[in-house]
Order: sequence, then C-alpha cells, then structure tokens
Amino acid sequence: MTDTNVTSDAAGFFTLGEPIADTKAPADVPVPQRWEERKAHAKLVNPANRRKIKVIIVGTGLAGAAAGATLGEAGYQVESFCYQDSPRRAHSIAAQGGINAAKNYRNDGDSTYRLFYDTVKGGDFRSRESNSYRLAEVSASIIDQCVAQGVPFAREYGGLLDNRSFGGVQVSRTFYARGQTGQQLLIGAYQALERQVAAGTVTTHTRHEMLELIVVDNVAKGIIVRDMVTGEIETHLGDAVVLATGGYGNVYFLSTNAMGSNVTAAWRAHRKGAYMGNPCYTQIHPTCIPVSGENQSKLTLMSESLRNDGRIWVPKKKEDCAKDPRDIPEEDRDYYLERIYPAFGNLVPRDIASRQAKYMCDEGRGVGPEVDGVRRGVYLDFADIIERVGRDTVEAKYGNLFDMYAQITAENPYEVPMRVYPAVHYVMGGLWVDYDLESNVKGLFVAGEANFSDQGANRLGASALMQGLADGYFVLPYTIANYLADSHERIDESHPAVIEAKKDVEERINHFLTVNGTRSVDSYHKELGHIMWEYCGMERTKEGLTKAIGLIRELKADFWKNVKVLGSAESLNQSLERAGRVADFFELGELMCIDALNRRESCGGHFRAESATPDGEAARIDEEFAYVAAWEWAGEDGHMPVLHQESLAYEAIEMKARSYK
Amino acid sequence: MKITLNIWRQANASSKGAMQKYDLDDVSEDMSFLEMLDLLNENLNEKGEDPVAFDSDCREGICGTCSLMINGEAHGPEVTTTCQLHMRSFKDGDTITVEPWRAEPFPVLKDLIVDRSAFDRIIQSGGYISVNTGSAPEANNLPVEKAKADRAFDVATCIGCGACVAACPNGSASLFLGAKITHLGELPQGQPERESRVVDMVAQHDHEGFGGCTNIGECTAACPKGIPLDVISQLNKDLRTAMLHGR
Repeated sequence: MTDTNVTSDAAGFFTLGEPIADTKAPADVPVPQRWEERKAHAKLVNPANRRKIKVIIVGTGLAGAAAGATLGEAGYQVESFCYQDSPRRAHSIAAQGGINAAKNYRNDGDSTYRLFYDTVKGGDFRSRESNSYRLAEVSASIIDQCVAQGVPFAREYGGLLDNRSFGGVQVSRTFYARGQTGQQLLIGAYQALERQVAAGTVTTHTRHEMLELIVVDNVAKGIIVRDMVTGEIETHLGDAVVLATGGYGNVYFLSTNAMGSNVTAAWRAHRKGAYMGNPCYTQIHPTCIPVSGENQSKLTLMSESLRNDGRIWVPKKKEDCAKDPRDIPEEDRDYYLERIYPAFGNLVPRDIASRQAKYMCDEGRGVGPEVDGVRRGVYLDFADIIERVGRDTVEAKYGNLFDMYAQITAENPYEVPMRVYPAVHYVMGGLWVDYDLESNVKGLFVAGEANFSDQGANRLGASALMQGLADGYFVLPYTIANYLADSHERIDESHPAVIEAKKDVEERINHFLTVNGTRSVDSYHKELGHIMWEYCGMERTKEGLTKAIGLIRELKADFWKNVKVLGSAESLNQSLERAGRVADFFELGELMCIDALNRRESCGGHFRAESATPDGEAARIDEEFAYVAAWEWAGEDGHMPVLHQESLAYEAIEMKARSYK
Repeated sequence: MKITLNIWRQANASSKGAMQKYDLDDVSEDMSFLEMLDLLNENLNEKGEDPVAFDSDCREGICGTCSLMINGEAHGPEVTTTCQLHMRSFKDGDTITVEPWRAEPFPVLKDLIVDRSAFDRIIQSGGYISVNTGSAPEANNLPVEKAKADRAFDVATCIGCGACVAACPNGSASLFLGAKITHLGELPQGQPERESRVVDMVAQHDHEGFGGCTNIGECTAACPKGIPLDVISQLNKDLRTAMLHGR
C-alpha cells in the first residue's frame, strides 16, 4: 500500500493500493475477436462430471434465472436463491421499454460495431471495450433465444419482429413487448428455470436471503442464508458462487427499484474481499412520475420509449408554471431538449435529459404541485403525436403506460401532458469483475446489474435487459465452466470459515433485536436517502460530498445504538430483514460518496459541478480519470478503503468528448 | 382522512388467526394502500407492537407480489393491484377489512402473507417451451401473425398474483392456467408440446388442491391485468383435443 493520493479531493478518506487489471480478455487479438478467442480456449467440463458440480446462484432476475436455466441444461447442479416468493418476481420484471440487439432488421445501418460504439460512447468512455463489444456481439442471439421460448415481442403485419428507437442512438434496434418487455423476458427465463426444476437440475430456494459469503484463502466456497419464513440460518456450499442480485439504487430510499432490492449480498462479498467498482455511478432516469408527498415509498418510471413520441417542455415564463398547460400557447413553451440538442432532441441520453430537467426546475420553470416550495416536474406532451396519428395508434403503442400514469396521478395523459421528473433508476457501479465475470475473489462470479463492467458511467436505455440476459445465457456458461474445469477443494460445515460466517450473521441479527432503541428502520433509511439524493444525486460538489460523509457516519453510529426492531429471529420478521439491508446501505453510501469525491471529473451519471464546460455540459478529465475505481474493504470504522485503479485503454474506438449537439 | 382498519393477524402458519382493529389518522388520499399500511406499521413500531406483515415489492403493479383481500375483494374496490390502489378510492371515516388471499393451496405464512408456490409447481409441470440456450433459430425465420402475437401478449401479461383464485368461490386457478396455455398455444413455437402441456398442467392444478371451474367469472372480474374469461374456454378446448388424441 502506498501513501494516500494527496492531490485528491478525497484525501484523508482513502488510501491508494496497487493497480489492478483484467487478465482474462485476450489482449493479443483485436477487440472484435476477443470473445471468440476466449471461448475457443476456455476449458470445458465433461458432461459426466458436470452433475457432480454444484453452482450457487443468488438472484433470479434476467441474469440469475438465465444462468440458472442454462447451467441446469448443461447438467450442473444449480442451487438458486431469491428473497421473493417466486423467481418470477425479480425486479427485472418491472423493466418497461425494451431490449437492444444489433439485428439491423430495419436496414438502417446497425451492426455489432455500431451498438458497441453507442454503448462505449453512451457510457462516457468509462466501460471496458472488450466487455462492451461482447455485449453487442451476443445481443442478436438473445432475441433468437427469447423468441424461441415464446416471448411475445411486438410484430409487424408481415409477421416479422417490430422494433423502435431509444435514447442516445440514431438507429431502430430496440425490441419490445408493449411497455412490459422486462416482464416478458423474465417470464421466458423463469419458465426455462422452472423447466430445469422439473428436470431435477435446479433447486430453488425462495424467500431466502443471502447474508454472508463463505471465503477460504480468497476462494468463494458457499453462502449463509436466512430462511425468511422460519428464521433458520442455513449454510449452502458449492463449487462456485454467482451473484446476480441487481442494483443498489435503494440506498436513496426513493427510487424506481422494488422495495426489497438491496445491496446486502454484494456488500457482504465486498467485506470478504471482493472489490466494488465505480460505486458512485448512479443512473438517474429522466422520466419518472414526480414525488407527490412525504409518505411516498417509491417512484414509478414512465418508459423512456415515450420520448420517441412525447415532446418535453416547460413554460418559457415562470408565471405560466401554475397554469393549465393547454392554455399555454406554442410560442410560450420551451422545448428545451429540441432547442439545446437539435440532432438528438428528446432522445438525448438519460444523464443529459435528467440534468436539463433539473436545471429547468432550479430556474423556477418546473411544473406541477409545489413540494417543499419548488415545482419539480416537466411536461411530457403527446398532443402532437395524437393529432398526427390518432389516439388509437398511441393507445396501441403505450396504452398500459398511460393507464398506469392515470392510476397513480388521477390525471388523464391523453388530455393533459404527463408530468415527469428524474429519479434514481439503475446503478452502473457494482462488484468488480474481469472479462470472465469473475471477481477478484476466485470462484465468485457476478452478473447483470450487480457487476460494474459493461455500461460505463451511464447506461443507454434498453441495455440493462440486454446485459442481464447476455451474462446469464451466453457469457457465464462458458466462463464459469473454465473455472469449474479445474478441481476445487470442497469444505464441509465444520470448517472454521463456515462457523465464523454463521456466527457473524447470528450476532448481527441478535444485535438488531436487542438494541431496543427508539427509531424505526425505515426512518433511518429515509434520512440516509435524503442525504444521498441531496449530496450524491444528480449533481455533486466537493463540499457537499464531504458533508455527506460526515452526516452518514453520524447517522450510522446512531442507527447501531438506537434502532428499534421488534419481533423474534425465529419467525418471519420484515423489520429485521430491512435492518440488515439498511446497515449495509450505510456503508455503501459512505463509499459512494468517497468514490464521487475522488472522481473530480464529470462523466455520465456522475456530474461534478466543479468540472463543467463554459456552456454547462459535463467535462470529463481523461488524463486523470480514465480508470475504473475498484475499492477494497479495509475494515470497520477507522480503516480507510483502498483504491485500486484499472486503467482504461481504447483501441477500437477513439476516445473523444461525448456530444449530442 | 381517518380510517379504521380490521386486519387479519396470524403469527405463523400453524397458529390461529383473528381480526384486529386499528385506527389511523392522517391518511392522505394520494397514498397508495400499501403506503397507508407502511404508516400503520410505523405507528405500531413506535408503540412497541408487532408490525403487520404483508407482501409487496415492485409497487408498480407488475411483479404480482402484493395480495390483499380488501373489504372482501381481491386487491380492493378498483380492478388493479393493491400497490396501485390509492386511498382516494376510500372516504374519510371508512372502516376497511383487510385479509390474506383465502384458498387452501395458498396457506397463510404470517398475517397477510400467503405461500403461492403452487403456481410455480404448475409452471414446472409444463408451462414452458423446451428450448436449450444456444439452439434457437434466427428469430425472423418464424413469422407470427400479428393478431396471434398480440393475443399471446395480452394473456402473457398475467402477473401470477393469485387474485383469480382468491376471488373464485371454488378456489380455482383456471384463469392463471388458461392464460399460460393460451399464451404458448397461440405461438408456433408452442405447438409441439401443446397437448402434453395442457394435460400435465391441469393434473398439477388439481393435485395442488385448486377447485374446478364452474364459469362464475369472478376471476376475470378481479384480474388486475384483464385476462379474459375465454382463456378458460381455450384451456378446456385444448384439454378435450388432447384427451381425444389419447394423451
């Protein structure tokens, strides 16, 4: 370990460790050939040996269910875990808009290279080229696989697949199933998983939450879970562990994530040695239904696909903001995205659309009800498209989204424009993995949103579903086989690492149930969320982040002394479940702020106010920050996290400023 | 708004449950029904009483986790999921009865939470298309008539919440079953296993203890996704054809 990097804004909050590198991508061949090359030389496991090998998969969303189904088909013993009551309820199910694939069905010039290019550029040159290329490369097979499973994608009258375009790109490559694409893809993967349950290769453990990773000499050997119904603490040992546990956006309390989405599995792995990559990269989705009141528990997004046909505007004059939007004449409306970014208009990437919405509201030109003295909303207006193609056509395309909006807001979006505002949606950060999706803890693989590798500092719309399925169906089955082909020593439940992990879990649970404090878990979570949104949200400053770290530390200390969790450990206890997750969110939140503080540049979802161009656009600083920040856990309070840097080199694409003007 | 709640409390699967009354002030009509229960739980926690256990996750009406009988109706007075039900559907001073799904194959685990894993076992018995990863043909090699693709989609939107079962006086899961049979049966990919699928899924449905369908229609009336009743006709038709072929 070397000295703290004294020039960093985060000096005093971390120490600098050895650089890190991905050693698995075949660097000696050009980027487009790397995946073929890797597959060609990956070791294989003979079919007779596969049934003796046990793979533990935590999470049953697109990545987890797809990996479970595929590894089950291959003949491995798969143990699949989820906290929900059924694998079908994983949060991938809520994705609305679509999934990208470089099929070029529209003859509009799409190709693997172009999808790769859009991904790397959209990620603001902070993703790994080799991973992003592979993602684009396997994308076409995903559509084939899903169609074969019976996923009812939208069709044209000729019977072929329909597609549409999404934010940040100029081709039409997004396949969709009305506004419920995530649901249909997940049902496909879930059905494939259940087929393997029937075949006896997969065992599902629903209502089970992973609370600890078992590691021996930096090799993952199994997990400790809690049966959320009986409270029993169980040990599951295996030859490899896959975490496909989604993102940690709920650190902000209010987000578009499901209520149960949490960071615990990934964070426990982090505490056992796995590096956390780029934790500060949070994607703010530009089109969510604005917050309506204090007791709100979550935010609902309106699919980005709506930006294809909806026009975004705010009044030009502040005094018009309280008016009925239909009474504001055309010349008094500011279609600000079309004005500032004429080439992309309403389809600029998410980070840009979000930030501009914030600026409009900060200027006092926001619309909708005042919450804490500010109107936080912009219009997403369908009047033009309804006039052009008719209400029926719009209804066929977006009907369910319009219904959902009406249900939540009690307003009719066919008649008055929708009101939208940015909200936390997806995280690009996650556990650090190499090209094989293996973390720096051997035998611990991380897939989908839970890893950091493919999306860079910003994720393009319709690329999350693509990554989940790519990792689960087409990447892990090869790379994990390469790991499993070598023999690995098994341990049994009497091993000291198992006993220790189990003891840690029990002590933690026991602590929560005996603190007997005065404040509910949710009240802490809300307060943490406020701090994160205020200081580590859409715009970050050195001063704000430094303040946030102090506030989080104080609140965390109070949480451990003063939280109130009722009930017992040996029963279904939802407050207890949340207490453990919030405890981990505190530690993660602190690391996110440190990461954001150190990255004194603006890129993608990370916007540092100190690093902007004269016209207010994000200014990246490639000379200093073209690296992945991989953070190592150093211990409890008082031990500073260690930063390992993986430098990013661009061979296939020239690194340049991202402009959508 | 002031609301009085009568809520089913049951410590675990083997204990006896009972209704319990709670009063709640400060309910806003913009709250979702579940946010109202969150508020109740915060109050209970403050008083040192065990919060009410209930299931919810996405709170966007799509994951199918939430599941409450509200005043005797599955998901309450609006045709939607409980998470998308807002307090504006109620009046100041209302008394609201809240119970878990009632059906033998859905045993209560605690308070308002039931075990719906019977649905997973029905899917395991044949609710899929057998295709291994990597062996799929190019997607556009198999055109699908738009009308059929649309119908497949319409019924594939079933969220597996179980409202159909909870609403059915017979405790039948025929709407859930019919939706899956119709989804896969409308598509060319689903044809090879069409007959074995319906026979096996119906057998599993009956084995789990779900009741028979007598065409009452409460299922479709309660379905938050509007799955139409004719999927049950499709189910019966497919079953007859399969049996005719000696499956």
